[in-house]
Amino acid sequence: MAHGSHAVKRYKGILDWLTTVDHKKIGILYLLAGGFFFLIGGLEAILIRIQLWKPMNDFVSPDTFNELITMHGTTMIFLGVMPVIFGLMNCIVPLQIGARDVAFPFVNALGFWTFFFGGLLLNISWLTGHVPDAGWTSYVPLASTTFSNGPGVDYYVLGLQISGIGSLLGGINFLVTIINMRAPGMSFMRMPMFTWATFVTSLLILLAFPALTVGLVALMFDRLFGGNFFDPSAGGNIMLWEHIFWIFGHPEVYILILPAFGIISEVVTTFSRKRLFGYSSMVFATVLIGFLGFMVWAHHMFTSGLGPVANALFSIATMLIAVPTGIKVFNWLFTMWGGSIKFTSPMLFAIGFIPTFVMGGVTGVMLAAAPADYQYHDSYFVVGHFHYTIVGGLVSGLFAGVHYWWPKIFGRKLNETLGKLTFWFFIIGFHLTFFVQHFLGLTGMQRRIYTYLDGMGFNEMNLISTIGAITMGVGVIFFLINVIVTSAKPRTATNDPWEDGRTLEWAISSPAPEYNFAQLPLIRGYDCYWKEKMEGNREMQPAEPLGPIHMPSPSILPFIMSVGLFIAGFGFIYHQHIVAAAGLAVTLICMMLRSVIEDHGYHIEPEEIQAKGVKA
Amino acid sequence: MSGHSHAEGVLPHEPEKATLEGRNKVLGFWLFLGGETVLFGTLFSVFIALRDQVNGGPTANELFSLPVVAAATLILLTSSLTSVFAIQAMHRNQTKATVNWLVVTVLLGLAFLGLEIYEFVEYAHHGHTFAASAFSTSFYSLVGFHGGHVAFGILWISLLIWQVLRRGITLHTAPKVYVAGLYWHFIDVVWVFIFSVVYLMGKVG
Repeated sequence: MAHGSHAVKRYKGILDWLTTVDHKKIGILYLLAGGFFFLIGGLEAILIRIQLWKPMNDFVSPDTFNELITMHGTTMIFLGVMPVIFGLMNCIVPLQIGARDVAFPFVNALGFWTFFFGGLLLNISWLTGHVPDAGWTSYVPLASTTFSNGPGVDYYVLGLQISGIGSLLGGINFLVTIINMRAPGMSFMRMPMFTWATFVTSLLILLAFPALTVGLVALMFDRLFGGNFFDPSAGGNIMLWEHIFWIFGHPEVYILILPAFGIISEVVTTFSRKRLFGYSSMVFATVLIGFLGFMVWAHHMFTSGLGPVANALFSIATMLIAVPTGIKVFNWLFTMWGGSIKFTSPMLFAIGFIPTFVMGGVTGVMLAAAPADYQYHDSYFVVGHFHYTIVGGLVSGLFAGVHYWWPKIFGRKLNETLGKLTFWFFIIGFHLTFFVQHFLGLTGMQRRIYTYLDGMGFNEMNLISTIGAITMGVGVIFFLINVIVTSAKPRTATNDPWEDGRTLEWAISSPAPEYNFAQLPLIRGYDCYWKEKMEGNREMQPAEPLGPIHMPSPSILPFIMSVGLFIAGFGFIYHQHIVAAAGLAVTLICMMLRSVIEDHGYHIEPEEIQAKGVKA
Repeated sequence: MSGHSHAEGVLPHEPEKATLEGRNKVLGFWLFLGGETVLFGTLFSVFIALRDQVNGGPTANELFSLPVVAAATLILLTSSLTSVFAIQAMHRNQTKATVNWLVVTVLLGLAFLGLEIYEFVEYAHHGHTFAASAFSTSFYSLVGFHGGHVAFGILWISLLIWQVLRRGITLHTAPKVYVAGLYWHFIDVVWVFIFSVVYLMGKVG
């Protein structure tokens, strides 16, 4: 290689993690940061439940309670579960399609760091004492300067704006990776379901997040520069915010749940040791859910006076989503039917997922009936519903995925006993917490109230709910213990630690080498690795001769660019426009440097691969 | 590794798509423009919802002067044409012509931006400031976002001109010039909608 391959830049220690552009390391960073924010959000949830465990409790003040619910929702959605989803996508999708990396490794790192610093900005509000308190939906006029003066809501606006950049970049990156970088023979209809889910989710991110960007910009202009988007006294319209927020917000909930569907499909097939039932209908259902996800935003606004025609249309469109979701549920059940099921910890989470998510779906259809929604609206019924889909659904799915792919990501299998303890505490605690909330709502308890009077009939159910929340917390602690115990063990995971792996990621070492595949594999069918195993092959057949592998160079620029945005965010929040301009300048200069500095990366030579190959 | 066979010899016909990196960049940029479409779509919706809320200030009909806007439109559309010439020259591997057409594109972009700034200053004199009404806020946000995109495009293409001058047209620079061209067309298309929805509809009612 006479050209392109100059001296290899390799950093060590912390600098390695700050400069990495390797999708597997970025995936781990996403998992760590997402897990960290998930713990913060979980702590906020426990505090909320402690405040509500008895009537007229004064554990936290009403103001603090508002801050807690706002930060709990925002942190969990944007900084907890989304990054963990991104972490799994980063770690697994390139391996599942036979790619050496994602399409844009540099942009991938940038996406992580913008998410991280956006999240940091949002959470630093706790330290400054000005915490967002207008709810995770931040409806105007409550979120306007008239009712939320001071920098609290500005942290929400700028923190989400910065972390939103990361989501958008991640979405584009996965789309291009999946379209352009599949291994020879990996046609679209041979892709594993998790990759399909990633593909559709990325498309939703691409088409939904820009709406949030505009909404946040508009709110920022109103709050910081005297704009009138949402100020009725100057001709503005508060309904605009609701529309914009939910045009983003409803696709967002499918952005969250589709990857969980993908994970469940993978886990259920692996541990039923059976081909996924109705693969093509699964793909169809995923795409259809993604499409319908854009048609239903106004079902969050039934009570805002859109009129009977709009309500009827959005009502029907919402109920339609039950059809593709039902297809998925039956396909999972039929996959398990007649399979030889192994009850491993990921499989337990997957089995727990199915009935739990169905319950969330059923209450979803109940809420979709517009006339009935007038009763449910803004009550604990809604809180019960969306926690069934997001916690009982998505978080169970993420636990399944994390337990399932842990050996592939870290080279060590999580402890099964602790994993099962995590499952039982989590699922029992979950249903204790949220099942009763449906009835609390029907009895008349409104969401977002900081306390309630004695004698309303709320006392027992709130107590049960709080006990459930603490039980879930214990489950999470078991998981943390599991992580710590496991990380002290040697890296002994084999290529295919569950022994029944079907998809491509199980054909290579755990963890994968930095170039993933020494030779790109030839894909000969759906469940390609299973197919090779059934034909007596221990490995995938190569599609190319062994040759030098091109690798991208690490770079510190994504980190600095995000720090620039972080500084700019602070500048805007505290009206220091020079600071804001300086922060933006740092980011722009880094962009310029990225464009001007020509870096062709380096090559790993075949000799080096073979030397490593013996070990792997 | 298709890039290596060409690196020392002649450039292929479409150098921007000759390497996997190039193809990724072009596809990724198309997708990015899809996201940008949603961004501007939302801004347009907001503007259409609020454009009659003048809060006692001047209306669109009183404010807009079509000759200036038509001139700006003509300039920007022409710049789109010159950016096409630049890409064609790049496909013919003519570094000098590529650079020249890009310079013309940037100059036209600057002229457009100058007209827009002049226009905004004029409006401000008539009391049409950012904070005056919901109409003015949504107007400046939509048109200003577009203007910001033009300004960013000018900086970006200038930087690319410098790179092409230094390194020539290579498998590395070609995709960059190509996607900058895509970007420039996109902001041109957005302007066509702004001209129709904001200015023409503002004039007729």
